[in-house]
Order: sequence, then C-alpha cells, then structure tokens
Amino acid sequence: MNSNKPSTIDLVNRNLQKRYRAEKRFQIFGIASIGFGLLCLLVLFTDIVSKGAGAFTSHYIQLTVNLDPDDLDITDITDESQLALADYQGVVRKALRDKFPDVKKRGDRRKLYGLVSNSAGFRLQEILKNDPEKLGEQLTLWVLADDDIDTYAKSKNDAEPFTGRLNDKQIGWVNTLLDSGEMQSRFNRVLFTSGDSREPEMAGIRGALLGSLYTLLVTLVLSFPIGVAAAVYLEEYAPKNKFTDFIEVNINNLAAVPSIIYGLLGLAIFINFFGMPRSIPLVGGLVLTLMTLPTIIISSRAAIKSVPPSIRQAALGLGASKMQVILHHVLPLAMPGMLTGAIIGMAQALGETAPLLMIGMVAFIVDIPQSIMDPATVLPVQIYLWSDSPERAFTERTSGAIIVLLAFLILMNTIAVLLRRRLERRW
Amino acid sequence: MRKSILAAILAASCAGIVNTANAARDYIEIVGSSTVYPFSTVVAERFGRSTNFKTPKIEATGSGGGIKLFCQGVGVGFPDITNASRRMKESEFKQCMGNGVTDIVEVLIGYDGIVLGNSIKGGALNVSRKHLFLALAKQIPVEGSPGELKDNPYQKWSDIDASLPNTKIEVLGPPPTSGTRDAFVELVMESGCKSFDWLAKLKKENKNQFKALCHTIREDGVFIEAGENDNLIVQKLDANPNAYGIFGFSFLDQNADKIQGSLVDGSEPTFDAIADGDYPVSRPLYFYVKKEHIKFIPGIKEYLAEFTSNKAWGEEGYLAEKGMIPLPDDQRKAVGSDVKQLNNLVL
Repeated sequence: MNSNKPSTIDLVNRNLQKRYRAEKRFQIFGIASIGFGLLCLLVLFTDIVSKGAGAFTSHYIQLTVNLDPDDLDITDITDESQLALADYQGVVRKALRDKFPDVKKRGDRRKLYGLVSNSAGFRLQEILKNDPEKLGEQLTLWVLADDDIDTYAKSKNDAEPFTGRLNDKQIGWVNTLLDSGEMQSRFNRVLFTSGDSREPEMAGIRGALLGSLYTLLVTLVLSFPIGVAAAVYLEEYAPKNKFTDFIEVNINNLAAVPSIIYGLLGLAIFINFFGMPRSIPLVGGLVLTLMTLPTIIISSRAAIKSVPPSIRQAALGLGASKMQVILHHVLPLAMPGMLTGAIIGMAQALGETAPLLMIGMVAFIVDIPQSIMDPATVLPVQIYLWSDSPERAFTERTSGAIIVLLAFLILMNTIAVLLRRRLERRW
Repeated sequence: MRKSILAAILAASCAGIVNTANAARDYIEIVGSSTVYPFSTVVAERFGRSTNFKTPKIEATGSGGGIKLFCQGVGVGFPDITNASRRMKESEFKQCMGNGVTDIVEVLIGYDGIVLGNSIKGGALNVSRKHLFLALAKQIPVEGSPGELKDNPYQKWSDIDASLPNTKIEVLGPPPTSGTRDAFVELVMESGCKSFDWLAKLKKENKNQFKALCHTIREDGVFIEAGENDNLIVQKLDANPNAYGIFGFSFLDQNADKIQGSLVDGSEPTFDAIADGDYPVSRPLYFYVKKEHIKFIPGIKEYLAEFTSNKAWGEEGYLAEKGMIPLPDDQRKAVGSDVKQLNNLVL
C-alpha cells in the first residue's frame, strides 16, 4: 500500500468532526422549526386567552325588588297576557331609584337605569311565571349589569379603563356599588345557557353549541358508514382497473376541493332542488358529509391496507367467507385507524364556516334549536358574527367562544391520539 | 344495541324531512343588508322575548343579495322581509313583479352615517368632499385644463391642501361588495367629483363615463381594502395613528374612547348632526315586507308594530341607542301610518 495515500480510517477521522457538526445542525433545524411552531401557537393562545378570559365572568348588581301588583299592573296572576305585558322594567327602575334616592333629575335617572341590563325585566317575568305566589313579595336578587358597565368594571384597574359611553356620574355609582359589595363579578353562566343576543351581557353560545352538535351528529351518522363501506369495497372487492383508478383519483381530488364549493352544491341540490328549508342542521350536516367523506374514505382505506394479509389468509384457510373475514377480522383490526380518521374529519367539520354560509346557517338565531330541523348556527359562525358586532363587550365574548371551540378541537384530537395509542396493534 | 340507536336516528331524521316538507314555517325569515342587520336583530330579539311568537331568523346577505332572494317568489320557502341600505331599484321591483311578488310594503326606518375616522392619538382631520375625492380617486382632473385627466399624484394630505396635515394618505375602507363602499362612493366621491365644472357637465351628457371617472378608487396602495368587518378597521386604526378608516357611525359611537370622526365639509359626525342632515355623508335604511306572507306566517304584523313603535325607532328608542339615526317626527308619523295600513310600494 502506498504510504503517502491516507488510510480510510484517517479520512473518516478527519471528517468526523465535520460530520458531527452537520448532524447537529440538521437536528437544530428540526428543533428550530418545532420551536417556531410552538412560539406561534403560544402567541395565538396568550392573545386569545388574555382577551377572552373576561368573557367567563360578568358583573351582577344586587337589587331589592318589590313585586307589587299595582306597580306591575297585574290584577289577575292567572291571566297570561297580563303576565306578558306587565311593567317589569318599571319595577326594576323603582328598585334602582330606591338604591340611589339622591338622583332626582330626569336625565340622570335615565343614566341610572342604564346600569342594569334589560334582561332583569325578563328575569322577573320568568320568576312570576314559575312561581305566581311571589306576587306582592319583596325579593333580593342579583341581576346582570349592562355590558358597558361590565366592561368598565373589568377594565377599572387597567392603565386605560374603558369609559367610552359612560359619564362621570355612572362611573361614580359603579364605584360605590363595587365598594359596598353590591356589585360583584361572578361566573358568566349566561354564556353557556342562552342563545345569541344583541345585548352582549345576554348573549350565549348554547344555541351555537347545540347547532354544532346536531350538525356533527348528522355528518357522523351519514359519513362514517358510507365512508367505511366505500373503503371496504375499494380495498377488498374492487378489481384493479382503469375505472377504479379513476374513482381513486377523484376521491383524492375531492379531499382537496375548497369547502365553499360543497356549500354551493348543497344550496343547489338540497335547498333549491329538494326544497329543504334554509339554515337547518340537517342540510348543514349533509353538506359537511360531502366534505368529510373523502377524508374518511382515504383514512379508512389506509387502515384496511395496514391489516396484514396473513390474517385474511388464515381466516380464509379456516373456512371463513370473504364477508366473515372482513366483518370478523379486518374491520375490528382497522377500526382504530378508521375512527381516528373519522374524528379528524369531524374536527375539520366542526371548524368549518364557508359551506354553511351558502345554505343560510350564518344567521342571527336566538331560539335554541330543539332538533335537526330547527334553524341553527354553529360555533365558528357564532364567532364570526360576534367579531363583526359593534358592541365593545362582544370582543371578549368572541375570544371566549374561540376558547370553547379550541377546547372542543383539542378534546377531539386528544381522543383521536389516545384511541390510536390504546387500540392500535403493531405487527 | 348500537345498531338500533343508529336505525332510530336515521328513521327520526327521515321522518323529520317528511314532516317539514308539509308543515308551514312558524318563524319570520329575514334577509338583506349587513348595515341594517344590527338594528333588525335588536328588534327581532325584543319581539321574540316579549311576545309568544318565535324569534325571527335574520341572515346578512347584503342589500342586493337580500332583494334577489326576496323577489324569487311567494311561499314558505322564500323570505318574508328583506333589509336594504338603499332603496329598491326599479329593475329589482320589476323582477319581483315578474315572480308574483306584487304586494310589497316599504318601510323607511332611519338613517346611518358613514364616518371617516382615525385614532384619537392622531389629530382630527377637517376635510371637504373635494379633498377626499382628490385623495382617493384613481385619476384626477388636471388643474386649469378641462377634459384632461392624470393619474393621482398625491401621497401626502398636505399635497392636496396646505391646511391638511403633513402625513401620508392612508385610508382603510370596505371592498366593492359592501353597501358602505357604494354609499361612500356615491355620497363622497361623486359629489367631490362634481365640484369640477366640466365633470358636473359630463354627468348630464355621458353618465357612464362620469361614473367610470368618479367612482374609481385608486389602487396604488393608498386606499387599503380592509374587508367587510368594521371592527377590524377600528382595531387597525388604533394600531396606526396615521391611518384613516371608512365605517358606519355605530362603530364610531361604540368606540368613542379609541376613535374620532373627521369633520367633513366642516360638520362633525355626531348623532345630532346626522339627524339634522348637517353631516353630508348619510344614507337611508329600509326594509321591505311581502304582504302575501302575512296570511300564513305568524307574527309579521306584530313585528312591524314592534319596529315602528316609539320605544324602538323613536327619538329615544333602543335603535337610536344602537347607533341608528331616527327619522324626523313628521316623516316617522307618515311612514308609520303607511305601515299600519300596509300601503303597497309603487316605484
């Protein structure tokens, strides 16, 4: 061997440091990418949480209300129309006047009445409806503060408190109430128990949550069986020819079609052709079914493909029919993968607004939907509608609703991961 | 067990389809302008809470889209009411007639101001409509030689007029699909355009050419299309004190701690100035009711009564509190009595 020529091991040794460094750099790139992603996520989350945390509390004011039949203008408690038309607002106003007896001027009194949300009147109506015995009694109850007052009370300790639409007198009253403990911040139950409203303090996401639930239910019930059946046929039975290739190309293609197109399709078929009503979860679910089907078919096919052929052959060898092989062996083993695909498809459907725009689910709906045939919106649409509202207090509710939506998405994706971990078999 | 649940759900949903195909709708369906949306939703909500009728369902489809849906026909599948931030056009009215929608009641509900605003961190602007036209038009007339045009050269407000601030022109506004944009172009750009004599003459002679000249907003980055969401514009103004934004009056009203309105032709965009007509940039708001539907959709008459009650559209009503500018007393009375008698719209 020529002694001048360096031996292989020398070459390797000489380059070793360089190769280690390259390896390190390669790793650092990966870590940096993940770090960048996490940073973006962190910024997004802190922004949303810091803006939306306030949505989960709201201020209540303690009032002593006298349910005097004369003030309410009720002569017969069993008469429903009297109960509906009674002057609840007047009683609430009287309670406020009693709380601040020094306020005499008409303009000031109007400002004083503005402290309390007009939901207080509706609340009294409900109380009397449920318990007519209460008529004539004196009640002490906590009623919602007006949204402007609530926003001020929440930002009171900030560098720049929100005083936009309040005057000095109102601020003075709020501070007196806060100091005496007659105004308190409490958990915002309304957010989870009521439907949409144009008064921020009365607005809730229950209607949108139920709308999302009904829509997803329709989507799941339709897309999962159809998707699995299609995947089973394509994987287990279909011959390999030009036609099945064509179908495969189309399924993959559909998975990439922008969702608004499914909305247009839904509008043309379900609403214009079949004459179904606009804005109902059933139509929303049908449209989202079209959208999630390709995702479910693709993931189900992958799951079926990953079941080793030896299992099928063993079952066939023991005398099982093709259908028994599929139902008894392939499907149970592929189920975790198919469920994961379905959950991811559902999560996608949960966050979708564009196709729902076309079929009228982007609408102001106060009544909480009772079935898949009642008009409803869904959670992301509610977020969009609130973000477009002029009232300041909707800003924090928008972020609050985003937090709820994110929580659901995280929950669904966690279930998908756990399912895969728990049930997946390695071969 | 699981199979039977699945079957039950499927059966229930099928039964549901069959049911509603035959049953009548028991809630009012409203479509139309996103400018009227914040006001009609408030009325709808109060109506729903204080009566035994269901709360009307309201979609914001834009004025044009709403009228199109509204005019498609008579029946449960078509909307009962459409909101509009402009009057129904003759062509639209004819289309309605053609589809059998012959009896329409028009309700003028009030006015909405369009505001040019900026952050309170910056100084207040005092402009004329001519200034705004010169700042935002794609092409502007050459001074001293009628009939000639040049590409808009202005980069700073002070280039247009020495009384204006020495800052870059930067205006955020809605896209062409928005009714606010339509109204802004019509009320500000057009009247600024007409301050040039030869262009005013052109309007009479060749309307299309006049529109092409006066309605085209510059595309060189000075005017930024900020989307339909007025809240977004307000947030961007807060972040950039040198920028101005174009949006509805209710957003100025709600964000008075962050945003100030610019004076246009010497008039400040306040509630009173818009109501008196001193502030030049305001437009009427309407809604249209299909009279045939009153027979088979419950609550339309009551909804009309709620909308035209003093506690709603009156001077101190709850709509005024939401930023709508109410009609003057005599006009309100006239419209109110028309609505009560359900007088047909005649164009």
